[in-house]
Amino acid sequence: MSTTTVAHHDDHAEHPTGIMRWLTTTNHKDIGTMYLTFSLIMFFVGGAMILGIRAELFKPGLQLMNPEFFNQLIGVHALIMIFAALMPAATGFANWMIPLQIGAPDMALPRLNNWGFWLLPPSAILLTLPFTLALFGIGDGALATGWTFYPPLSVQGGIGVDFAIFAVHLLGISSVLGSINVIVTVFNMRAPGMTLMKMPMFVWGWLITAFLLIATIPVLAGAVTMLLTDRHFGTHFFDAAGGGDPIMFQHLFWFFGHPEVYILLLPVWGFIPQILETFSRKPMYGYKAQVYSLWGIGALAVVVWAHHFFTAGMPVPALLYFMYSTMAISLPLAVLFFCWIKTMWRGSMSFETPMLFAVGWIILFGIGGLTGLVLADVAADAQYHNSYFVVAHFHYTLFAGGIMGIMAGTYYWLPKMTGHMYSEKLGKLHFWLTAISFNMTFIPQFFLGLAGMPRRIPDYALQFAEFNMISSIAAFTLGLSQLLFVYNIVSCARGGKKATDKVWEGAQGLEWTLPSPPPYHSFTEQPVIK
Amino acid sequence: MVCGVYVFNMALNEEPKVKAPENLTAKEQLDLKNKKLVRKLLWLVVGSLLFAFALVPLYDVLCSLTGLNGKTQNSAALAAKAKVDNSRWVTVQFTSSVMPGLGWNFYPKQTSIRLHPGQIETVLFVAKNITNEVVVGQAVPSITPGIAAANLKKIECFCFVRQSLKPGEEKEMPLRFFVSPELPKDVSDMTLSYSFFPAVSQSK
Amino acid sequence: MQVFRKIGLGVSAMLVSFSAFADYAWNFPTPATPMALDTLHVHNKFMLISMAIFVSVLAIMIYSIFAHRKSKGFKAVADKAPSTAVEIFWTLIPFVILLVIDFVIMGIPAYHSVIMMENTREKADMVIKITGSQWRWQYEYLDGDAKGVKFVSNLSTPKEQTDKGFDGKKDEHYLLEVDNRLVLPVGKKVRILMTSTDVLHNWWVPQFGSSRVAVPGFLRETWVQVEKEGTYRGQCKELCGKGHGYMPIVVDAMPAEEYKAWVASKKDELAKASAGADKEWTKEDLVATGKGVYEKNCAVCHQVSGAGLPPAFPALTGSKVANGPIFGADGKYLKDSHLDRVLNGKNVMPSWKALLNDTEIAAVITYERNALGNSVGDVLQPSQVKTARQ
Repeated sequence: MSTTTVAHHDDHAEHPTGIMRWLTTTNHKDIGTMYLTFSLIMFFVGGAMILGIRAELFKPGLQLMNPEFFNQLIGVHALIMIFAALMPAATGFANWMIPLQIGAPDMALPRLNNWGFWLLPPSAILLTLPFTLALFGIGDGALATGWTFYPPLSVQGGIGVDFAIFAVHLLGISSVLGSINVIVTVFNMRAPGMTLMKMPMFVWGWLITAFLLIATIPVLAGAVTMLLTDRHFGTHFFDAAGGGDPIMFQHLFWFFGHPEVYILLLPVWGFIPQILETFSRKPMYGYKAQVYSLWGIGALAVVVWAHHFFTAGMPVPALLYFMYSTMAISLPLAVLFFCWIKTMWRGSMSFETPMLFAVGWIILFGIGGLTGLVLADVAADAQYHNSYFVVAHFHYTLFAGGIMGIMAGTYYWLPKMTGHMYSEKLGKLHFWLTAISFNMTFIPQFFLGLAGMPRRIPDYALQFAEFNMISSIAAFTLGLSQLLFVYNIVSCARGGKKATDKVWEGAQGLEWTLPSPPPYHSFTEQPVIK
Repeated sequence: MVCGVYVFNMALNEEPKVKAPENLTAKEQLDLKNKKLVRKLLWLVVGSLLFAFALVPLYDVLCSLTGLNGKTQNSAALAAKAKVDNSRWVTVQFTSSVMPGLGWNFYPKQTSIRLHPGQIETVLFVAKNITNEVVVGQAVPSITPGIAAANLKKIECFCFVRQSLKPGEEKEMPLRFFVSPELPKDVSDMTLSYSFFPAVSQSK
Repeated sequence: MQVFRKIGLGVSAMLVSFSAFADYAWNFPTPATPMALDTLHVHNKFMLISMAIFVSVLAIMIYSIFAHRKSKGFKAVADKAPSTAVEIFWTLIPFVILLVIDFVIMGIPAYHSVIMMENTREKADMVIKITGSQWRWQYEYLDGDAKGVKFVSNLSTPKEQTDKGFDGKKDEHYLLEVDNRLVLPVGKKVRILMTSTDVLHNWWVPQFGSSRVAVPGFLRETWVQVEKEGTYRGQCKELCGKGHGYMPIVVDAMPAEEYKAWVASKKDELAKASAGADKEWTKEDLVATGKGVYEKNCAVCHQVSGAGLPPAFPALTGSKVANGPIFGADGKYLKDSHLDRVLNGKNVMPSWKALLNDTEIAAVITYERNALGNSVGDVLQPSQVKTARQ
C-alpha cells in the first residue's frame, strides 16, 4: 500500500527499497501495514483450520481426521486467531492511526516498534511448525490441549506444547513492546493542546489495552514458564504429588485470559464510536462517560477471572463474588451501548460499508454481551460451561465484537491509508454475506450447547446432527465471503477512485486533515489543538 | 523474559552523551523523556512478572485460609486448644485413591466416623506394597466441602512425611485428628480423601 | 464435484429435516433433578430478560436508522454537549437499569441457585465416588446397601462405527452407550465425590444440572437427586486427550425396589467374577477372554493390532515389557514386568488393579503375550494375579 506513498514523496528516496525497506523500517505506517498484512494472512490460516474442523463436524462419525489431529486444530486455531490475527490487527491500527490522531510525527520508539513486529512471524512459525514436523515423523503434532494449556493434559502432551509455550513467549514480548510504545507515544508525543480528555476514543481504548497488556501478559508468561519447568525440569507447580495444584494454573491463566478479551475489544470500542459519529454527522455522545466506562471495564477485567472455571469447584463466597463482579461488567457496557446509540440518534445517517459494519457490530456484540450476562450465573453455568453455548457466546464477542469491528475499521481507514476508494458495492456485499453466514454458523451452536453438546469433541451423538450440518455449511460460506474482503483491499491498494483528504463527509479528527495517503513523515510541523 | 527486560534496560542506560538539560535540543529532550517513561514501564512489566510467581505462595496461603481447593495443611496442629462441643455431631467419611505407578494397595480401615467437634480421634489406613521392591509413596489429602478443609486439624498423619514400604510389607497408618469447633454450623458431613502418589522430589 | 454433491444433499436434508425440528431441542433437555429444574427456570427467566433488553434497544436503534437518515433529508441535531450534568443524568439511566437487573432481578434467584447447587454440607441419602481416567469412568458405592460395589464404565458403541470413514447405520445412542451403567435410586439425595487419576475430566449429565471437574489428587463434590425413573445420558466435558469425545455417561434411575434388586445382582456378578479367579484356566479361554478385554480397554491407545501410537503410546508387538519374564526367582513379579505395568501403571498408563478383576488382568496379559504378533507362549493364571495383588 505504502509503495505509492514513497512514489509521491521522492524526498524520501534514500530509504532502502525492496525487502530491506520492510525488514529495517522504523516508519509507523510501514510497520502498521506489516502488522495488518500479517494479521490478514493469519486470519486465513486460522480460518482454514476451523473449516477443517467444521468439515469434520459436518455429520456424525469421523470423516477426515483422527481425534488427535482434531484436538491440535482447535487449540492452534484459537491461538492463531487471538494472538496472530486479532491482536496484530489492533496493533496495526494503533501504529497507523495513533500518531495521526494525536498529531505526532511517528511512534515514540520506532526501532522497538520494528522488533515488536518481527517477533510475530517466527512465533507464528513456531505455532504451526509441529504440524509439519509430524509429517516427517518428528513429535506427535501441535499443541493438543486447546488454547488454554490446562495441566495435567499439557504436562502429558508432546513437543507441540513446548513449541506453543515458546510461541506464546515471543508473542507476549511483542505485545509488551507494542504496549510500551503506545503508552510512551500517547503520554509524550501528543500535539500541543491535545489534553488527555481531548484524545480520540481509539487512543483511549488503546491506552487502556496497553496497560492491561503490561499487567497481564507477564502473568501468562510466568504461568507457561511454570508449565515448561513442570514438563522438563521436575518442578511440581501444577502436580498434586509434589504439593501443587492443577487448578492454580487456571487461576493464573485466566488472570491473563479474561483481561485478554478486553485487550482484544477495547481498541474496537475505541474506533466504533468514531465511525458512528462520522456517518451520523454529529459528535459522539457522552465522551467522558465513555472514557470512564472504558476505564471501568479495564479495572473490572482483572478481578473476574474465575468465572471461566466455576465448575472446577470453589467455596460459595468465591462463587458469589465472581458471579456478581462478572455481572457488574454489564454496567459500564450498558453506558457504552447507550452512548453509541445516542450518537446515532437524530444524526443524519448514511450507510457506507464502515457504518454497516459498525451497526451490525452493535447488534451482534450485544448478543455476545447479553449471553455473557447469563453465563455469569453460576448454577446455569454448570450447564453452559464447556458446551457449544459458550463457543457461540465467545464467537459473538470475538468474531462479531472483535473481527467484524476490525473490518469496520479497515473500510473506514482504508481510503486514508491507500489514497483510493474501495469498491462500495463489494464492501456492502461482504458485510451482508458475513453478517448472515456468521449468524447461521453460530445461532445453531447456542441450541447445540443447550441440548448438551460438549465443545472440543471430534464426533457427536446423532441428536446433534442437523444443527451441526447447518453450522458447517454456514461456516464455509462465512469463510469464502472473506475472499471478497481480501479482493477489495488488494484492488483498493492498487488503484481506484482517488480519495479526498477528508474521505468521509462527517469525518472528525486530525488524521483527516492530512492528504490521502498521508506523507511518509506525517506532521513534520506539529498541529496545535484549540 | 526477565533477562530480556534486563538487557533491554541496560541498553537504554548506555547513553554516552551527558549534556546539561538546557543544552539539549527539543528532540533530545523528548528522547530523554521517552526513555524515562520506558524504564518506568519496564519496571511495571518486571513487577507483573514477579507478581505472577508471587501468586504461587499467595495461592497456597489463600487456599489454606479459605479451603479454596480443599487442601489441608500438611503440618501438625496443636490439640491443646480444642474444646469438645458435645452439642453437635459431625460425620467424616474416608476414601482413597492409588495413583498410576504406585504398586500399593491402600484403603481406609473404616469408611466413616461420627464425632463431636473438638474430640480427638485416631483412624487407620492400610497400605500394602505388592511389588518386590522398596517403594516410597506420598499421600496427598483433600477435603470436601472446601470450607471444612481449614477446620479438620491433624495432630499426627502419615501424610506429613513420605512413607516407605518394603516388598510385601503391610502397614497400618494412623491419622490422629479433630474437627475444629469453629466449623460452620451448617456443615455436618465432610469427606477426607487421600491420593497416594509415587514419591517425587518436593521441589517447587 | 463429490464435495458439492454432498453439500447439496446436506442442504436438502437440512430443509427436509426442518419439519422434524418441531420436537427438536431448543432448550435444555427435560430436567430430572431439582437442580436442573431450578437451572432451567433461571435460564428461561434470564433469557427473557436478555431478550427484552435486546429487543427494546434494537427497536430504538432500528427506528433511528430508518428515521434519521441523510437520504431522507434528516438534518443532524447536535446534542447539547458538553453539558456535563445532563450527560451524567442520561448515562446513569442505563447504568441504574442494569444495576437493578444484575443485582436484584437476576442476582437474587442466581444467589439461591448457587446456595442450592453447593448444598453438600449435610447428610445425603447415599454417597458415590466417581473417578475419571483416560478415557473411562469408574463408579464406587461408598455406603448403604451397595457399599463396596465398584465397576468401570466404558463406551460400548461398536468400534467400527466410530472408525474413520464408517458409512453404515449408526446405533440409536451412538457414542452415548456404555457397558456398565451407573444405577441410582429415584428420589434419594446422592452426594457425588469426584476425582481423577490422570488429567482433568468433567462429569456432566445435562438433565441433572450438575457438572463438576475431576482433579487428580483432589476431591470435589456435587449432588443429584433424580426425581423420575429413566435413563439419562451425558458426556465428559473437559478436554482430556484424544478419547475426550468417547467417554460417555449413562445413568439408570430406578425405584427403590428395582434398585435393591440391581444391587443384589451386581454384587452377585462381582462375587462370581472374583470366584472365577480361583479355577485353573486354559490358555485358549484366557486368550479368547483377553481379546475382548484388550479391545475394550487397551486398543484405544495400543491399537487393535498392538502397533501402538508412538511416541505417546508404545507398541506391544515385540515390546520388551510384553515379551520379558513376569516372575523372578523368588516367585514374585518383577519390577517393570508385564504384570507390574498392567497392575500399577506408569505415567500415562493407568493402574488397572483398581479397574479390572483378576481374571480380566490375567486374560489380557496372556492375550498380549500370545497374540498381537507376540508368542511368548506362557500363561498367566488369574490365581497368580490374585496372589500378586494381595
